[in-house]
Amino acid sequence: MRDRFTSSQWAGLTLIGGLIIFPFVVSLFTGQPVESGVPKFWQGMLIQVFILAVFAMSYDILMGYTGILSFGHALFFGTGAYTIGILLKHAGWDLGSALLAVIVIAIIQSLIVGLLSLRVSGVYFAMVTLAFAQMFFLLAEATDFRQWTGAEDGLQSIPVPAWISPTTERLRFYYVTLAFAIIMYLLARQVVNSPTGRVMMAIRDNETRAKVLGYHTLTFKLIAITVSGVMAALAGAFNALWNLNANPAVLGVGTTINALLMTIIGGVGSLIGPMLGAGVIQLLGYWLNVFFGPSWPLLFGIVYILIVLFLPYGIVGTWRLRSAGWLAMWRERSRSLIRFFNHP
Amino acid sequence: MSDVLLEVDTIHTFIGQFHILEGVSLKVRTGSITALLGRNGAGKTTTLRSIMGLNPPRSGSIRLAGEPINGRPAYEIAQLGVGYVPEHRAIFRDLTVEENLRLAERKRGDLAKRSDFIMSLFPDLKRFYRHPGGKLSGGQQQMLAIARALVADNRLLLIDEPSEGLAPIIVEQIVAALRQMAAETTILLVEQNFAMAAQLADEYYILDDGRSVQHGRMADLVHDHATIDKYLGAG
Repeated sequence: MRDRFTSSQWAGLTLIGGLIIFPFVVSLFTGQPVESGVPKFWQGMLIQVFILAVFAMSYDILMGYTGILSFGHALFFGTGAYTIGILLKHAGWDLGSALLAVIVIAIIQSLIVGLLSLRVSGVYFAMVTLAFAQMFFLLAEATDFRQWTGAEDGLQSIPVPAWISPTTERLRFYYVTLAFAIIMYLLARQVVNSPTGRVMMAIRDNETRAKVLGYHTLTFKLIAITVSGVMAALAGAFNALWNLNANPAVLGVGTTINALLMTIIGGVGSLIGPMLGAGVIQLLGYWLNVFFGPSWPLLFGIVYILIVLFLPYGIVGTWRLRSAGWLAMWRERSRSLIRFFNHP
Repeated sequence: MSDVLLEVDTIHTFIGQFHILEGVSLKVRTGSITALLGRNGAGKTTTLRSIMGLNPPRSGSIRLAGEPINGRPAYEIAQLGVGYVPEHRAIFRDLTVEENLRLAERKRGDLAKRSDFIMSLFPDLKRFYRHPGGKLSGGQQQMLAIARALVADNRLLLIDEPSEGLAPIIVEQIVAALRQMAAETTILLVEQNFAMAAQLADEYYILDDGRSVQHGRMADLVHDHATIDKYLGAG
């Protein structure tokens, strides 16, 4: 157990190390400066992966760890994007204060949505959250607030501070979003491994059983939706900083479905799985687009069906299930080989 | 002070439009094991669920140590010191044995304090301490479900069909464990297996069609073959 923990820690550190040197490795292989050309393009690709990874992980806390299916998770992502955009562009706030406001607003919003919708469960909860997200989607599109939100055109040209500009300071933005993803992962892991996380998992297994053990399950579901909402809102804020805009699509159903796909492809209830799912969706989408042009979503649909058929628990879930069997098989084969060489 | 820990007085419970309990009354004395007997569908499980607040009665009263508890949510009733072991080995399958037990702590250190007692009752749990509950055998899962109710300092345990679907040798282990537990707490036991209930209980109540029809000392019931045949269909 201890060995396995150490090896997974080691694998994580290797991955982080790889991501830290990645821009310079691309620069070395292409012969182009790290701040421009192909290295800059790939930094942009991974920046989007890091942001989506946090968003997917936030969905996993809700669905994978607490068993709450939401069709309106885009609500938090989109609100985060619009909040930081409006505060930077119209209120002239500094970045730190704006990010703090994103957190505070996400907490308030999660608590309100949770209190109003968590009294129902299953598909009813999903429908209520969908209604909330659609309400905010319509608000973002409404022409009455055009001067604040940009209505259907979205909030354009968000003034991102020069030191973190995704266009001129791409490498710095890359490291900031990498750090953001790592910090969010460590925080999420802390939550799911805590006694509160155990109660969340108990609710996922059987809410009535958790109640008869003395747990006020609504409180724990509120904690889950708040943690998840804050993470999603911060991901949305970074998404707005990256794109320099926030448009109504970030509040749309498509954004929630994206989170759902990333979580299912990567592996529900594993944190690292949805992060991997974000990478798969972003990079696979890019390569399919390069090779097959505009018909790539159709092919992606086929790939998605194949993944669900052959990896029913997602990439990480299936790996965990089979790794024990594979490990035993390799041990047995190694022993057979050793026996063969000792006594041919 | 009365030695009655739980008093259920003429409760009527509905599930949807169905009138399941039509005036169930019973008393459980402190430190006793009371068996709730009856055929399938008599209302035994619904009685436990009503006491626990999962199917609150529409009328009648339920008192724990004199304090009314009907109408309170299940988590509050649990916090008052009522442990519930539902039928069908209600464990958390994805969590380990340790995590299942730790979830039942009401105060930090509850498990550490009672761990030795629990492991002496169910040594198998020690062996599979870090295994997921879902990987245990049926008997071990039942032991875990009972053990979970022992972690916190519960005044009353409601135990529903602990022998259901288990091999006789496992049932014997559970009988032995329940007997030891009776020295520490009060138990209201629902059990279809009359032989098991007869070994354990001090008193009994018989339910029939949602009504409590007879009660008395278990020592008397074991010789009352007419009642056993009439209401329990077991000889």
